[in-house]
Amino acid sequence: MVFNSFALLNGVRKRNQYILSILIVCLVSVICFTFSAYIGYEVAFILLLTLSYIAMFFDILPVLLAAVLTGLIWDYFFLQPRFAFDINKPEDVITLSIYFIVALVNAVLTFKIRQIEKTIRIKEKKEQTLELYDTLLSSLSHELRTPISIIVGATDNLLDDGAVISAADKKGLLQEISIAALRLNQQVENLLNTSRLESGFLQLKKDWCDINELLHQVILKLDTELKGHIVHIDVKENLPLFKIDRGLMEQAFYNIIHNAALYTPTNSAISISADCTNEKLVVVIEDDGPGFPESEINKVFDKFYRLKNSISGGTGLGLSIVKGFIEAHEGQIELGKSILGGAKFTITIPAEYISL
Amino acid sequence: MSTAEILVIDDEIQIRKLLEITLQSNGYKVAKAGTAKEGLSAAATSASDLIILDLGLPDENGQVVLKKLREWYSKPVIILSVKNSEEEIVSALDNGANDYLLKPFRTAELLARIRSVLRNSMLSESSPTIKYEDFEINFSTRTIKKNNEPVKFTATQYELLALFVKNEGKVLTHQYILREIWGADYITQSQYLRVFVAQLRKKIEKDPDRPKYIVTESGVGYRFVAKELE
Repeated sequence: MVFNSFALLNGVRKRNQYILSILIVCLVSVICFTFSAYIGYEVAFILLLTLSYIAMFFDILPVLLAAVLTGLIWDYFFLQPRFAFDINKPEDVITLSIYFIVALVNAVLTFKIRQIEKTIRIKEKKEQTLELYDTLLSSLSHELRTPISIIVGATDNLLDDGAVISAADKKGLLQEISIAALRLNQQVENLLNTSRLESGFLQLKKDWCDINELLHQVILKLDTELKGHIVHIDVKENLPLFKIDRGLMEQAFYNIIHNAALYTPTNSAISISADCTNEKLVVVIEDDGPGFPESEINKVFDKFYRLKNSISGGTGLGLSIVKGFIEAHEGQIELGKSILGGAKFTITIPAEYISL
Repeated sequence: MSTAEILVIDDEIQIRKLLEITLQSNGYKVAKAGTAKEGLSAAATSASDLIILDLGLPDENGQVVLKKLREWYSKPVIILSVKNSEEEIVSALDNGANDYLLKPFRTAELLARIRSVLRNSMLSESSPTIKYEDFEINFSTRTIKKNNEPVKFTATQYELLALFVKNEGKVLTHQYILREIWGADYITQSQYLRVFVAQLRKKIEKDPDRPKYIVTESGVGYRFVAKELE
């Protein structure tokens, strides 16, 4: 609760902090004044407590203002003689001085603690960025260098005049080169898409799109990868045309279905459906594969996140791109458990639509 | 078949080399140029039957080169481009390119495109009837038959199919089709085109969801692909 109000008040603007600290001090003073018959000298402690509280949450200047204000209020309303700034007794002078010193020290100390906290936060953030950068570098160097090594190694073999390679092996090496090159291309595609998202200048080129055609085209592109899978597409009859950026959404669906093809065993079923619900385009892609572990569901859309023990061949960018492209459409993607047993992605896109 | 000569204009020496080997081993003669300037003069002096033009040339924008070429060069031009530049492809097609290929491209795809544009450019007057595996179209009676039975087509459906058939193998941009069929006022009304293409597919395709004839070129337009029956 305290932390909540901390966060809340931390967000309060400086100008409002001045007003608020004056208000709080005045309010507490009025209450103390009302009951001044019952509390005597202890008013000083109540006011000090109020000040400490303000110091915990506000910046140094509003706190100093509150310190001066409480000091003056205490002197004027509570110290004998009341309703005057005069101080007769020497011990009152000492009390008032101590009061001010405690208030100031309180304010300065809290301020210092907060400064240190801030430095730590910045440092932590830097470390997180560095960690992300390290993950990026290690993931990239692995994912880009593996296919490159294959290409270099295979071509070296093929170019070596002294080597005796059978025709079948030759073909095998050439196929490896071809696969490696396509894999490289896929990684470059992912990196380019990520940098498009990162740049913040992603401009949607929206046009009317036949969702049925779009989904079938994605399946067609993934023909080789889906060879061992049973794909079922169910697009609602007379689904309207939606105005979306076809290129981006094609990439988003491609990445999800590609993932499904890659991470589910042969003969798995992949079911894709599209409908118009609550004036929005809703596409559901689910499978009967192993699904995602419950504990990792929140992380799968994070950049460079890869499931533990997952097979090689990805940079952990695919689903973060999906999320980015869908959010660029002001849409949402949710990951849950499918009744088929595997993963279920639900994509909801608010888009202009037209039924013809 | 007479050997056609192909001029390759690309600044990457590796691409030129690759294309040279690929094309020569498939029976074409090859000329090469590495810059826009060299390319334009090579096109003027050589007897090339087709030009493969890379849009990313160092000395001049590929679109400008294409426009300059089209002032006098009437033979086919195939554009090479990188992905994520659909707009560039559309304007290249508007500037008179016959077809395009995205890098990285597959050799088989390149050869198919070359064969297709060369065949189209040599195509003389077509006969009134063209037969395909699943349907036939008669231009003089403006009718379509499927399994020898006439199929009902609306005027617009017929116009659209006829436009596709006449441009067999060639990619047609959305704007081009809209202008040809509905008129210049409709070039932004792409929703009509989506609907009519879906209708045509239902009428002529065996599996409308996996179209063999009217193929979608993502972000660019459509291409009518078919082998004419003898």
